[in-house]
Amino acid sequence: MQNSKISKARKAYISIMKALMWLSVAVTCSLVAFLIIYVFVKGIPNISWGLLSEKPSYLSGKIGILPDILNTVYIVIATLLIVLPIGVGAAIYLTEYAQNKKLVNIIEYAAETLSGIPSIIYGLVGMLFFCQFLNMKTSLLAGALTLVIMNLPTIMRTTQESLKTVPQSYREGAFGLGAGKWRVIHTVVLPGCVDGIITGCILSVGRILGESAALLFTAGFAHALNGIIDGLSSSGCTLTVALYVYAKEQGEFGIAFAIAAILMILTLIINLSAMLVEKYFRKRRNV
Amino acid sequence: MKNKKAFENMIHGIFLMLGLIAVGCVLLITVYLVIAGIPAIREIGLFKFLFGKTWESTSANPSYGILPFILTSIYGTAGAIIIGVPIGFLTAVYLSKIAPQKIKAAVGTAVSLLAGIPSVVYGLVGMLVLVPGIREIFHLADGASLLAAIIVLAIMILPSIIKVSVTALDAVPKEYEDASLALGATPVETYFKVSVPAAKSGIAAAVVLGIGRAIGEAMAVMMVSGNVANMPGLFQSVRFLTTAVASEMSYSSGLQRQALFSIALVLFLFIMLINATLNFFLKGKKGD
Repeated sequence: MQNSKISKARKAYISIMKALMWLSVAVTCSLVAFLIIYVFVKGIPNISWGLLSEKPSYLSGKIGILPDILNTVYIVIATLLIVLPIGVGAAIYLTEYAQNKKLVNIIEYAAETLSGIPSIIYGLVGMLFFCQFLNMKTSLLAGALTLVIMNLPTIMRTTQESLKTVPQSYREGAFGLGAGKWRVIHTVVLPGCVDGIITGCILSVGRILGESAALLFTAGFAHALNGIIDGLSSSGCTLTVALYVYAKEQGEFGIAFAIAAILMILTLIINLSAMLVEKYFRKRRNV
Repeated sequence: MKNKKAFENMIHGIFLMLGLIAVGCVLLITVYLVIAGIPAIREIGLFKFLFGKTWESTSANPSYGILPFILTSIYGTAGAIIIGVPIGFLTAVYLSKIAPQKIKAAVGTAVSLLAGIPSVVYGLVGMLVLVPGIREIFHLADGASLLAAIIVLAIMILPSIIKVSVTALDAVPKEYEDASLALGATPVETYFKVSVPAAKSGIAAAVVLGIGRAIGEAMAVMMVSGNVANMPGLFQSVRFLTTAVASEMSYSSGLQRQALFSIALVLFLFIMLINATLNFFLKGKKGD
């Protein structure tokens, strides 16, 4: 009825725009599908128990990625252990303590700036500051500290957002019962922002797993099999860096695709758990 | 009572310190890059460094001109924006305005997945699919080129562009659209002539964010661009600002190493400029 009255030019405009939109959505979706399927088809046949459970040996010419997996786990743990107190603390300061609006703006602006800096620059400054100035050499710990700076804005933001959803009346109630500020924070405010902290952790783990440029010069390339303490103080290769080395420098594409498939599975798991966590907490909040 | 006050003050102080760490990090990064980057620029000369056309850091008579890197970064980013923005923007309009809830959720999940894929995986797939593909289609000796890098970057910036644009489009007041529909415009006309202009600062922010992502990407680009310090051409093997730093750092020394820090400083200035623009668009939106 409406369509019969509009001119041909308008009809053409509408159908062209519709077609372009459909095309764009199709391109986006098929890209995602292609990437997942291609990496899995090329990678999964190359994953074997031997690959996952051994370290590379020049004698037998075998390649194993167990050290890289462990290094990745160590660096995730170390980074989260350091970044959590700092990020959560900073968020608490911003929402609970800070009264000076200017200072809040400066801190928030700094966090925004940090989230815009490319990882290669983090890698460079990490190398100059942690590895050389603080004399840590290229080590997982230096890599982890570099990643701490990178992930600080993420943890701060997610924690801050969930702190804002803790009702003001909870705090007032606790103050009214005579609790001091610290007591209010650790008994009332902190439990209320657990969801933000968990979301922040998941996002950070995803970012750490995918990071490579910042780790090239800070954590190094070694494939040695270490415990966590020795591991942190020595140079070590994470999964992404290993992928890069195997693909670009050694031409071992089978291994590279196996690592890519593992990374892809981890990415899927992280995205899924981020979604589930969000759903769970939203439900609980509405009850 | 006094003890309690002192305790509370101490806690306050601790939280204040934690809050200031982010500021400290920004200062640390800025100061380190400036200190490390200035000496080489001084020695080479600012003009010769920025506008010199040849980079031969390892030859007997080295020359350090980073114009090829700067231009490559600019062309590469522009190319990625030209391909990525229309696709991302149209997808965002569809998702925000037309898609049924279920499709919106499903495509949204796919887009966040795209954002979560590590850059080395993009690089690997680009190396084995795009690079040989370009070599075959255009009959080149080597497919590792600016074009391959542009395509990889365009895919990598899609998620940021889609997500930020969808958020901006979702925030357009329903009344605007209702008024346009009541005046006889069709839904599609309303979306593009009313909703999009209303969300323009958010969409601009999405584009700027995409520029930031593209100019800062190192690993994926390193794997597909061929990494030779040529002046940029679509089918040339090229080197970006980011990859210039990454590719020589492991074996560099002396002035060459310092020149790499200077490149990082130039990259950092680019990023700061982009961040300032981004803030301008985002703050502008809040002021409305």
